[in-house]
Amino acid sequence: MSCQGKVALVTGGGVGIGEATCRSLAAAGAIVVVTDIDEASGSRVADVINAEGNSAIFMRLDVCDEPQWQAVIAQVIERYGRLQILINNAGIANICGIEDETLAGWRKTNTINSDAVFIGTREAIRVMKETGGSIVNISSIEGIVGDPMLPAYNASKGAVRAFTKSVALYCADKNYGIRVNSVHPGYVTTPLVSGALARLAQSDAEAFAQRVVASIPMGRMAEPAEIAKGIVFLASDDASYMTGSELIMDGGYTAR
Amino acid sequence: MSKELAVFGLEGKVAVVTGAGAGIGEACARLFAKAGAAVVLGDINVEACERIAAELNGQGLQAKAVRLDVTSEEDWAALKQTLVAWKNRWDVLLNNAGIYIGGMLENNTSAQVSKINQINIESVFLGTRAAVECMKPGACFANGGSIINLSSIAGLIGVPGHSIYGATKGAVRSLTKHSAVEFAKFGYGVRVNSLHPGLIETAMGDQALQDFVDIGVVANVDEAAALLKSAMIPMGRLGNVQDIANAALFLASDASSYVTGIELTVDGGFCAA
Ligand SMILES: NC(=O)c1ccc[n+]([C@@H]2O[C@H](COP(=O)([O-])OP(=O)(O)OC[C@H]3O[C@@H](n4cnc5c(N)ncnc54)[C@H](O)[C@@H]3O)[C@@H](O)[C@H]2O)c1
Ligand SMILES: NC(=O)c1ccc[n+]([C@@H]2O[C@H](COP(=O)([O-])OP(=O)(O)OC[C@H]3O[C@@H](n4cnc5c(N)ncnc54)[C@H](O)[C@@H]3O)[C@@H](O)[C@H]2O)c1
Repeated sequence: MSCQGKVALVTGGGVGIGEATCRSLAAAGAIVVVTDIDEASGSRVADVINAEGNSAIFMRLDVCDEPQWQAVIAQVIERYGRLQILINNAGIANICGIEDETLAGWRKTNTINSDAVFIGTREAIRVMKETGGSIVNISSIEGIVGDPMLPAYNASKGAVRAFTKSVALYCADKNYGIRVNSVHPGYVTTPLVSGALARLAQSDAEAFAQRVVASIPMGRMAEPAEIAKGIVFLASDDASYMTGSELIMDGGYTAR
Repeated sequence: MSKELAVFGLEGKVAVVTGAGAGIGEACARLFAKAGAAVVLGDINVEACERIAAELNGQGLQAKAVRLDVTSEEDWAALKQTLVAWKNRWDVLLNNAGIYIGGMLENNTSAQVSKINQINIESVFLGTRAAVECMKPGACFANGGSIINLSSIAGLIGVPGHSIYGATKGAVRSLTKHSAVEFAKFGYGVRVNSLHPGLIETAMGDQALQDFVDIGVVANVDEAAALLKSAMIPMGRLGNVQDIANAALFLASDASSYVTGIELTVDGGFCAA
């Protein structure tokens, strides 16, 4: 498994799945551009990677900010001359039934989880077509099946799943040598899950968590590092014949 | 090697590959051995397996050839004895052996259907049963494991000439999900996933191309390949055995520790369109 010498940009790389992905990519030999809106967590991840003897740099990037995407990618090209891997990972989740969801809440979720994946993918392709590369979009099992309490999140992740296939076909048609695939994690023990639960009343949070674990055949949530390994596989040349595919990592959740 | 990277390998594990004498199975057996596994190569063509195993042993890798007709309960029982005697361990099973029978549905016979069902479906049942009997808690090895079943994109979508073959691959897809959920729910520590290649350059791949000629879709195999590349495979090339072996290794290794019951499609974008 190697990403030796490849320049990789990860969004939302400061904690959770993004952090684990930065570390795994770096261990596989990539030069990792850790990006996040949270400078403290993002630069900590870059520091840890460099301290381990691997290579990383932090750049601040709010994925909803189009000019900032352009500036960050320009900086990456100026510094390294190439961008071969993009992991569109940043995302948010809010547990809320349809009758209580607001248009503002809906837009916020879809802007970060879906619109931003469009901007990042477009900007990356503009430079990646020179070298070829691999784009991995982090959707979710919630982009495949429904959850009664995640209407906006379901919509945003379903959008990422279908968008991924469109871009995969476009890049293949144009012979850009860019593969585009989506990753569909089940529930993962990250701040996203603990944060969403913390916003609920304690009894509701316990009921939600119980319902979730009971419906995972493996009987547990994933560790971020387990999801990161699948992302690195898709990013690497080992997945050279995969494009427009979905990699589900959910402990059997969607197989039931 | 860092711990981060070690999980992508198979160091210390024992893997069984069926249909390892040629094509995808051979490539997987070679890659698994290179990744550190002790590999049992099973096939009805035992000479081919012996040649490959000797070559791998010559490179300092661990490999062993056995006669394994995947439709034979006796052969699966004998395999278990071989594993006990060899490394006393079993971690990975690649249910890869299979055959292709094409033709227009109206010309297929029930004898053909019985034959292909036995080799492509019943074999996966027999292999999975043999493996789980060894891998589950309280069994002879009881170290859990990963089972990978070769389905096909023909188990997901419709293709002319592929009715009876595709039906077997659809069955493998479904068998995979049921066994994956059952083993996970019962805490067996055995993951089961299906792999769905597009058209791969092997003897079977050639057969499938020839079938497009035989049923009258195209005039010759070159035209068949050209049609696939230009109109059906977005990446514009047929797959090769290494493409599939790399994906099989991911599913076999601990890098996929949270992956069970999935379909991994490796098809150059075929099913995305
Ligand atoms: N945790 C799960 O159970 C789970 C399951 C399936 C999919 N996912 C998806 O995986 C991805 C990562 O999830 P996680 O659980 O690691 O999340 P997390 O909340 O733990 O971490 C998300 C990171 O993204 C950053 N971020 C948020 N908004 C941003 C923005 N506008 N611009 C840049 N960075 C931003 C945060 O600062 C944080 O560092 C998300 O897309 C999420 O939807 C998570
Ligand atoms: N080649 C493709 O395009 C393609 C595409 C999708 C899926 N597949 C699947 O991948 C698997 C391998 O295909 P391949 O292309 O390498 O085939 P292949 O014909 O090149 O090799 C198959 C091997 O299986 C062995 N075999 C046949 N019957 C057996 C039996 N009863 N017991 C033990 N071994 C037996 C053969 O001797 C041969 O060595 C099959 O399950 C096939 O359906 C192939």
